[in-house]
Amino acid sequence: MTSGYFTSVDDVSARLAATGYLASPAVATTVFLADRLGKPLLVEGPAGVGKTELAKAVAEVAGATLVRLQCYEGVDESRALYEWNHAKQLLRITAGRDESWDETRTDIFSEEFLLPRPLLTAIRGSDPKVLLIDETDKADVEVEGLLLEVLSDFQVTVPELGTISATRRPFTVLTSNASRELSEALRRRCLFLHIGFPEEELERRIVRLKVPGLDEALAQAVVRVVGALRAMDLRKVPSVAETIDWARTLLALGAGTLDEEVVRDTLGVVLKHQEDVLKAAAKLDLDAV
Amino acid sequence: MSATAAGVPERLTALVQALRSHGVRIGTGETVDAGLAVEALGLTDREHLREGLAAALLHSEGQRAVFDPVFDLYFPRSVGAPQDTRHESGAGRAWRDSDTADLRERLAAALAANDQELLDQLAAEAVDGLGGYGTANGAGGPGGSGGSGPSSRSDGWSSHQTLARLRPETLLARILAGIRAGAAGEDEFTDRLQADEIRRRIQAFRGRVGSEARRRVAERRGTDEIARRAIAPTADRVDFLIAGRAQLDELRRAVQPLARMLATRLAARRRRAARGRIDLRRTLRGSLSTGGVPMRPVLRRRRPARPELVLLCDVSGSVAGFANFTMLLVQALHDQFSKVRVFAFVNRVDEVTDLIGRDAAGPEGLSARILSAAAVTGWHGSSDYGTSLGEFAERYADAVGPRSTVFVLGDARTNMSDPNTGALRDVTGRARKVYWLNPERRSLWDTGDSAADTYAEIVEMHECRNAQQLSALIARLLPV
Repeated sequence: MTSGYFTSVDDVSARLAATGYLASPAVATTVFLADRLGKPLLVEGPAGVGKTELAKAVAEVAGATLVRLQCYEGVDESRALYEWNHAKQLLRITAGRDESWDETRTDIFSEEFLLPRPLLTAIRGSDPKVLLIDETDKADVEVEGLLLEVLSDFQVTVPELGTISATRRPFTVLTSNASRELSEALRRRCLFLHIGFPEEELERRIVRLKVPGLDEALAQAVVRVVGALRAMDLRKVPSVAETIDWARTLLALGAGTLDEEVVRDTLGVVLKHQEDVLKAAAKLDLDAV
Repeated sequence: MSATAAGVPERLTALVQALRSHGVRIGTGETVDAGLAVEALGLTDREHLREGLAAALLHSEGQRAVFDPVFDLYFPRSVGAPQDTRHESGAGRAWRDSDTADLRERLAAALAANDQELLDQLAAEAVDGLGGYGTANGAGGPGGSGGSGPSSRSDGWSSHQTLARLRPETLLARILAGIRAGAAGEDEFTDRLQADEIRRRIQAFRGRVGSEARRRVAERRGTDEIARRAIAPTADRVDFLIAGRAQLDELRRAVQPLARMLATRLAARRRRAARGRIDLRRTLRGSLSTGGVPMRPVLRRRRPARPELVLLCDVSGSVAGFANFTMLLVQALHDQFSKVRVFAFVNRVDEVTDLIGRDAAGPEGLSARILSAAAVTGWHGSSDYGTSLGEFAERYADAVGPRSTVFVLGDARTNMSDPNTGALRDVTGRARKVYWLNPERRSLWDTGDSAADTYAEIVEMHECRNAQQLSALIARLLPV
């Protein structure tokens, strides 16, 4: 079953680019495949390389509603799938005092009293949807079991109502920072995509797109320095989000070129640990002057 | 002979087979997905195909290091000798020294411009011209300086030989000079990054030459064989004892996620254990008031105790890589234990907990730091388990108690000295549990000067040769 949002890999690149998301060939290819094969897409990679942004961009391109399930430790079935609206059920029971028990019982477990949570929302209805399951690795292992049914058949079983199947498969994106190893069964159901740090040229285009006022030469210098920082052995290497932050900072400061003083003063924007700042400063010879 | 002539389904299944033989677990479902991916993407764009197949077949980023070379073998960029060389085709024409000089010249220009396509082409040319060896036509040989026989008749192609003759590293200074001259002498801040950037490009070029040589060899000897033999294993399957410098770096990067994974697993086990078991005696006593029906189960009170970990590492030269790696892991697992104490020894024992503590400096040269800062060697530099164990049991008796789990890390090669089993027995008696992790292949235990089997009679000894085994072991052995 295909969602059919895209016609070719190049189509993916072009239309994502139109929303401001510049996709690498790997990203474009995998998005196209996920769309074609109707399989969920598991996106891994360091923080700040645009995993969540990808889902948002696809939703925008496809004109679909974005349904987001933010995972955290302790997220459970009632947060992810559905809940019964107990208050409303109680009201219903009190309202119909003279009914027989059978009538009441069948009545209070109908769709009217169901509170759909993200996973069920994404499956019901026939309008296009993008389901984003964010930071899947933060959720407990039990939730993965829950996801298995949803992701393989795109259906949810509510004991009182029966099985609800999707009439139109949502385009599904799972993201993970790999802080916990996801189960083999879950990985098997997904196409796998690792978004790493972009190539120098792509990153330069991203910076130019996100920070339009920045001078071309400066953008290039920023990307090169960030590339050099990534090659160092740091506790937290800068990602694209930090590159953009840095570019914005430089623009705000009105820095025309990247020289030692500017780099030394703004290194804190890119690096998040003091020891990293010190190490980078030493490697870049910032103290030599 | 070669699989390159076969159809796409055959090639795809052969690719999957080759990946499986390298430990990538791929089910039939994924193979089918890969087939669908090929159908959806078509065969026109090789990079799209590569990414598509990777998405369908792989499950983690680490497997990419195996996937890419295998893909290059089964879906090669081109077949045979490079087509569009500037020279007339190599057949029947000897490679001259002047050709090498010319190639180096063009390579320098391509590296300076970072022209990916041209670099690929130059790698192909270099392997074709410089990498050929063998005596298929009786002329030229591996020792022939600068000129092997006509390339199309070679027995095989060697990336090592190509690089040894081409020496791309020596181009660095020339490239830098060229760029500086072009930049009109401006001293920009980013110029200081240039050297590193060029070095990375040269490194990447070496990789290109490697895959090109593999491709050419595969054409001659059969893709399947080369796919099985000539591709480096993923970092977590590299032997600790034979890991090279680059591989150790890779292993080090593999530690971080591994440690996180183990930490969450341990936390989950502890959480589960916290629910406790039923205290039968008190449950029955409570049930007296309800006529013997146990209405309210009473849980046994849990003693909150985080386990203590004691590590005893052999840091002698032969197993340094292993000890280094394990201590990194322990460093990452630090907050899971109430107390971690690390002792290092070669033939004397000293405590090194402070050296590898959480806030200690990075992992570079850890073993060198230990060797310089701690008294781990006595009169000579070879390891002596008997003396070390004895000293440990004597001097650090307070480190081991009923709550501590002791890991001994080493190959148990005693250099023919007394194994001193009494000391080990003594430690075992006091600790909650003692495990020995041995980085040597099990079949080598008790050969030569190894006292592995002697020790194995007293403590549980496990073979622990690579990161994969280590993570499996730690997850299984560590106390909740």
